[in-house]
Amino acid sequence: MAEIHIQLDQDRCKGCELCVEACPRDVLAMASHINALGYQPVEVVAAERCTGCRACYVVCPDVVFTLTRAA
Amino acid sequence: MSVTTKEKVLARRPDSLAPAVTHYCPGCGHGVLHRLVAEVIDELGIAERTVGVASVGCSVFAYDYFDLDFVQVPHGRAPAAATGLKRARPDLVVFTYQGDGDMAAIGTAEIIHAAVRGERFTAVMYNNSIYGMTGGQMSPTTLPGMVTDTTPAGRDPAEIGYPFLVAETLAAQPGAVYVARTRLGDMASIVKTRRALLRAFKAQLDGEGFSMVEVLGSCPVNWGMSPSEANAFVAREMVRHFPLGVFRDGPATPPAVAEADGGGGRGTGGNVSAARGTGAQRPAQEGTGRGDA
Repeated sequence: MAEIHIQLDQDRCKGCELCVEACPRDVLAMASHINALGYQPVEVVAAERCTGCRACYVVCPDVVFTLTRAA
Repeated sequence: MSVTTKEKVLARRPDSLAPAVTHYCPGCGHGVLHRLVAEVIDELGIAERTVGVASVGCSVFAYDYFDLDFVQVPHGRAPAAATGLKRARPDLVVFTYQGDGDMAAIGTAEIIHAAVRGERFTAVMYNNSIYGMTGGQMSPTTLPGMVTDTTPAGRDPAEIGYPFLVAETLAAQPGAVYVARTRLGDMASIVKTRRALLRAFKAQLDGEGFSMVEVLGSCPVNWGMSPSEANAFVAREMVRHFPLGVFRDGPATPPAVAEADGGGGRGTGGNVSAARGTGAQRPAQEGTGRGDA
């Protein structure tokens, strides 16, 4: 499987956790640090499991995710 | 955001969405709906000739969040301003972005008569059954029994009435050509919402008439729920009172034509009668009318 690159704009994240719930492969989790907005942002904990299904991007209200796949 | 040319982009911010951080609360569906509208405008390649009309309410700052020309107008008057824009400049693509407090309360007359006249703009409504910006008061679309700041014992229909069914009302007007209700939450529903928005903007581009999409979304903070719980409430409770579906999809039809030949006149009779038969107590139905939303 081609490698998926998940680019996170963590300082936009408001910590709503909808992406963590939407991800079918448990790629995402909430970080322990606080971001520029004062929230605990999402972080990638298992990038190798990502299939590029876009669920995180689709449900995210704050466009935190940019997903690319090596051509 | 730099993306190397060797990579295939699977998902990224649409160009029509400005990089601003929104003021919306965590988990609020406005952000998703903004992105969907921007995606559709990008897909149609109409950004340079699109003008948005922002309303009053939580979405009042929409002009900062879209990388499009925008005007911001008095409470409820977005359809009136959009009418003027579109009539003066028919070459523009014009859309309004309004909440339930804006469209279904103070702006009721404007939106209904825009549909009656068949104005050729697209109305996007975010319905979360509450006045979010002002702190969570009852709106015209608050569900029976729903607790808000101004209905602390829950909305009692016997005293205060029922939720206003905006999509059904607009679909019943002869000038409307595309009217749908969708919801946000899970991935499939968001994709359906995007498809409905695409159809609505295409209806405008084809000059067919008035188009509108009512999108059910959450207000986690004022509902007192987590974003996840709020989305579940939309999927479980809101759709019981606001059936999802396409209520109108076809050319504008003078009522006389529809009645003269039993409703099949120009291929829209079925949808029109379906919309007229919709009552406040109708149970939830995915895909009311025809096709999916």
